[in-house]
Amino acid sequence: MAMTWVWSGMVILSLIFGLFTGNLDAVSAAALEGAGSAVKLGVSMAGVLCLWSGVMEIMNACGLSAALARAFRPLLRRLLPDACRDPETLAAVSANVSANLLGLGNAATPLGIQAARRMARGCGGVASGELCTLVVLNTASIQLIPATVGSLRSAMGSAAPFDILPAVWLTSILSVTAGLSAAKLLSLADRRRL
Amino acid sequence: MSLSSLVVPLLLALMAAWGLGKQVDVYAALTRGAAEGLTVLLRIIPALVGLLTAVSMFRASGAMEVLSALCAPVLELLGIPPETAPLMLVRPVSGSGALAVGSELMAAHGPDSYIGRVAAVMLGSTETTFYTVAVYFGAAGIHKTRYTIPAALTADLTGFAAAALTVRLFFGA
Repeated sequence: MAMTWVWSGMVILSLIFGLFTGNLDAVSAAALEGAGSAVKLGVSMAGVLCLWSGVMEIMNACGLSAALARAFRPLLRRLLPDACRDPETLAAVSANVSANLLGLGNAATPLGIQAARRMARGCGGVASGELCTLVVLNTASIQLIPATVGSLRSAMGSAAPFDILPAVWLTSILSVTAGLSAAKLLSLADRRRL
Repeated sequence: MSLSSLVVPLLLALMAAWGLGKQVDVYAALTRGAAEGLTVLLRIIPALVGLLTAVSMFRASGAMEVLSALCAPVLELLGIPPETAPLMLVRPVSGSGALAVGSELMAAHGPDSYIGRVAAVMLGSTETTFYTVAVYFGAAGIHKTRYTIPAALTADLTGFAAAALTVRLFFGA
């Protein structure tokens, strides 16, 4: 529903602005061009996106995601101490984090939901602090190879589509750290109020 | 021959060798992943048709510039290029919307420009926050989300500012 508002708002504002600025010819041409360029963009992204999705799947089949899941367990035990006492939740959370790292969104979401369901048991619809942490962790993207962005850049004619990787990694680390610190601080404030 | 032209072939060869060593059916995994990539794309393209239409109109009408100019004072304080304002507004709400705005920014400024790179790093290091929160809490039957959204938006905002900073750091402005 949110996107209905965003989309309708943009289209209506474009008409109003176009009328006032006298750019209506350009707005009309842009609408048709935009629609056409969407399909062109999709097709020119397809090759690179499929290739990297394939490479990620090879890494997954080679056991990289299982190894990553094992590597993240100590960290997750500290981040979510209560939830991780339950071995099945720990398994789901660590598999969720490693699938996110490999950019396997379709695999990551069901695992994360499985963990969230287990953590939400018996809390009467109010999120526990650790459940908030899990969701914040999932709203902050941590990807080793952001395949969609890479294929977008290559479709737009970038000379080296993946040269942004170090910047993406550093940015992700900063953003995740900020999110988790904010969650920690807000949980302290929240507890005082309860 | 530069070092960067070594990365892709090397990575592919390493993957193949690693898979062979682990007795994984490398080719089947590759095509399975590629098929997955196509289903992702199939989901994205219809949304892109709608959104690129709207974003192109928005730019052509002059509304995009006004929006960027409105956000400019705050963004410049944070060191974020104001041109990326529409991207930051759409990013937490819609993944394909952000992709549409990002591709439009790259088309207007060039994928290897400062703004093009900042847009790409923003896209690669943040998530569709509201969608994720809705999916997780919806599935877990939670109606009191407490401080999740403020914390998640803090992460997004930090990511946006850090994107501008890291691109300057690695590529210069």
